[in-house]
Amino acid sequence: MSETNTMFASPRPEFEHKVTAPVGLGDVAKPLSFAEKLGANPAFRRGVILVVLALTWELYARWLASPLTFPTFLETLQALLDGIASGIIPQRLAVTLETLVVGYAIGLTIAALFTTAAVTTRIGTDLLSTFTAMFNPLPAIALLPLALLWFGLGRPSLIFVIVHSVLWAVALNMHSGFLSVSETLRMAGRTFGLRGMSFVFKILVPAAFPAILAGLKIGWAFAWRTLIAAELVFGVSSGQGGLGWFIFENRNTLDTASVFAGLLTVMAVGLVVEGVIFRSLEAHTIRRWGMQSA
Amino acid sequence: MNHAQSANKAAAARLETALMSVDGVTLQYKTPNHLVTATYRVSLDIHKTDRLVLLGPSGCGKSTLLKAIAGFLTPVEGTITVKGKPVTGPGPDRMMVFQEFDQLLPWKTVNANVMFPMLVNGVPHEEARARASDAITMVNLAKFADAYPHMLSGGMKQRVAIARAMAMKPDVLLMDEPYAALDALTRRKMQDELLQLWQDVRFTLVFVTHSIEEAIVVGSRIVVLSPHPGQVRAELNSGFAQNDRGGPAFQQLTTRISHMLFDDEATSQATEPAR
Repeated sequence: MSETNTMFASPRPEFEHKVTAPVGLGDVAKPLSFAEKLGANPAFRRGVILVVLALTWELYARWLASPLTFPTFLETLQALLDGIASGIIPQRLAVTLETLVVGYAIGLTIAALFTTAAVTTRIGTDLLSTFTAMFNPLPAIALLPLALLWFGLGRPSLIFVIVHSVLWAVALNMHSGFLSVSETLRMAGRTFGLRGMSFVFKILVPAAFPAILAGLKIGWAFAWRTLIAAELVFGVSSGQGGLGWFIFENRNTLDTASVFAGLLTVMAVGLVVEGVIFRSLEAHTIRRWGMQSA
Repeated sequence: MNHAQSANKAAAARLETALMSVDGVTLQYKTPNHLVTATYRVSLDIHKTDRLVLLGPSGCGKSTLLKAIAGFLTPVEGTITVKGKPVTGPGPDRMMVFQEFDQLLPWKTVNANVMFPMLVNGVPHEEARARASDAITMVNLAKFADAYPHMLSGGMKQRVAIARAMAMKPDVLLMDEPYAALDALTRRKMQDELLQLWQDVRFTLVFVTHSIEEAIVVGSRIVVLSPHPGQVRAELNSGFAQNDRGGPAFQQLTTRISHMLFDDEATSQATEPAR
């Protein structure tokens, strides 16, 4: 409709330039300064957060001045060091970790079997989806009374609830990971002549590794929480109590600083597993393979 | 009786010369709502050192046919044989290069990716290493042998996939629109490289494309397929030198093929009832 016709835009002169090296800019790639590198380091940034948190805690607790309900950071640290020095915390921690590792391993094995059945047979798929739909929403702690009835007070009951908490989360993630492996990669694997188990382990497992790792992390978090909670309830009866029992025991004697020390240990283990074990596992696998951005 | 005998004889004679033979193949696949016939009684022979191109518009079943040759699909009718043996499933004698860049195993370096199919098929480690390094050098990626696939560009990934397939020394190399997702400049470079590679090694290639120009450049023999369902419309000889691209004979063949593809389409659209 408009009167202006873009076909008749005013002609402009053509030109060509010779490209020369930039002068006065210095190196095209310049190394970052120390402060810039430090700011880019996530461990450093998170460390700063922890320090600020500890400082806030100390100041608030001092202002509150009520060691029975809220001990200061330094008191807690003292209780923690005492507990470690006397060997009580390491011993309780060892008991807890041992139970955890056994339960986690059993849970993973069953999850792997379930998922393999689910990717190879249709009845396996149906079983897995029905079971996960039924049991995944069921909190492991809710099974504790039943576990007590079946296995009595003690480690077998704890392992039972851990297996329950790990199994479904891991199986669900593994399965959805296998399903999301691209068709091209599957076909490529099959042209290499891979079949059955070797196809699952050489193509599907590594290709689904991001999802499997996410499942392992979720499974770990579920197992750790469930275990501490279960120990709080009946850890002592197995003869030697774990960390959960340590917390419960100290609350009964109103040693609040030790309760906090127990909680700190629970968190510290969580941080180490998340930040050291899983993080390095990620760095050596999926991040190196370009399956996850840093 | 007499007729059947002569037909048998003809088939036997064909088998002697053809490395691979597709005989009266009808392919069907199911979508959630339809049973689609992709190709209808397609027959073609592939001879040693052929560069056979399957060319056709989308919906002519060329990729489906290639998948059937690879062994991912069983024909409803007809047979596919390699060296006289019927194809029953995918296997390393028919290595395939896909269009998608994610065909490389992201958890393996370039070198490990190229070695992997050989190791799976029992080639000794030392020999696999030597063959992999030869193949990687052939596609000009020696500098990137230890890189992971995510560090490579699309063209480089396709080169690795070609190297991986070539290192297996398959009877036939199958390529399913391997350059379709590349930019025009890279595509042209890759076509030239593929031809150079063929000059050096003289492998047998089945190449699927929907680009007439690519078919003429890459192919020594072009099978033109008609759409819905795919049927062999023509088999033509090509074989242009790399610098003939755009010459008069090249133009003539382009025009001839595009007439085949587009005039048919125009008539089929005219006769097809309105939906």
